[in-house]
Amino acid sequence: MIIAEQKPLKEIIRNLEGHKKILVAGCRSCVAICLAGGEKEVGIVAESLKLYSDMHGRIWEVDEITVERQCEKEWVKEIKKIVLGKDAILSMACGVGAQVMQETYPDIRVVPGLNTSNMGAPEEQGVWREKCAGCGDCVLHLTGGICPIARCSKSLLNGPCGGSQNGRCEVNPETTPCAWDQIYHSLKKLGKLELMEEIIPPKNWITSHSGGPRRIVKQEAILTSEEKAVKGGME
Amino acid sequence: MSSQMKIVGFCCNYCGYASADLAGLNHMEYSPDVMIIRLPCSGRVDVLHILRAFREGADAVFVAGCLEGNCNYEYGNIEAKKRVEYARRILSEIGIEGERVEMFNVASNMAWKFKEIVDEMVSRVERIGLSPLKKVTP
Repeated sequence: MIIAEQKPLKEIIRNLEGHKKILVAGCRSCVAICLAGGEKEVGIVAESLKLYSDMHGRIWEVDEITVERQCEKEWVKEIKKIVLGKDAILSMACGVGAQVMQETYPDIRVVPGLNTSNMGAPEEQGVWREKCAGCGDCVLHLTGGICPIARCSKSLLNGPCGGSQNGRCEVNPETTPCAWDQIYHSLKKLGKLELMEEIIPPKNWITSHSGGPRRIVKQEAILTSEEKAVKGGME
Repeated sequence: MSSQMKIVGFCCNYCGYASADLAGLNHMEYSPDVMIIRLPCSGRVDVLHILRAFREGADAVFVAGCLEGNCNYEYGNIEAKKRVEYARRILSEIGIEGERVEMFNVASNMAWKFKEIVDEMVSRVERIGLSPLKKVTP
């Protein structure tokens, strides 16, 4: 899932300056799981903005709504009636959701309410850790299911480095385990320690974020023009 | 005599509210400007409740839960404390003094403590003044 955290309220307020009718739009997907942009957080931010607005002579009209997923136009289009007439949307979705919201409603300014951080998973309640760097060329089969690109501070393909001590990473020993130590233990459990001997050659980073925005096409899922016409008619 | 001041107290059923009740039974005097909202547990209180209380005109808000380690629902009062801290942070960012909101822990037989809580919140409002919201809203 995508991990994000709320921007400081002061920054949100600053970014909303000059607008009047504001819609705080949440997302029930990833950012609800990481307690950043779900219905609850939308309620708190909307209430905070109303409080601020009241303190400054009711400068804003604040409404709130939470959609299933802001990254899909189908869901975003469903709130058209509420969106129209607003002059700013505070998107409490990840950066993807905020962009889809802007694409769907190009005349209304979308202001991000969150800082999108990474792709990760909950570690314990209230703690999330990055797990995948989206490099586009997965090596998890060689590393016991632990990503060295995202989880090793140095993204080493052949670790550990000299800074690993007692299973902790030198970059931040308190909060960061050494990914290569974890890879060793995982491979040991799997009975695949021989994979540690295998030298992973330099990666081809062309699939990573170096050649402009990436695009995945699944040919068999693409609708024909007839199908698009039918689907379009149903919307 | 009642003043312009409004203080909202979110009180848990088992200790916060019971101590207020006992204070009443004992004819203890405390400010009539406090409005008590009885909750099943202080853990029921939400950041949203606290913020809304201020928007509805409160000058101060307190949450009264059981003593730590004594919560009827084990850790509701700990949750409440975290939310009070969160609400305080939000209020400070907006420009409302964070000390207008406070978490207190009482036992059901500590009527005197309940009176102290109210007195404390009243004196805070007297010191920092009425809510800044009152200056702008009619």
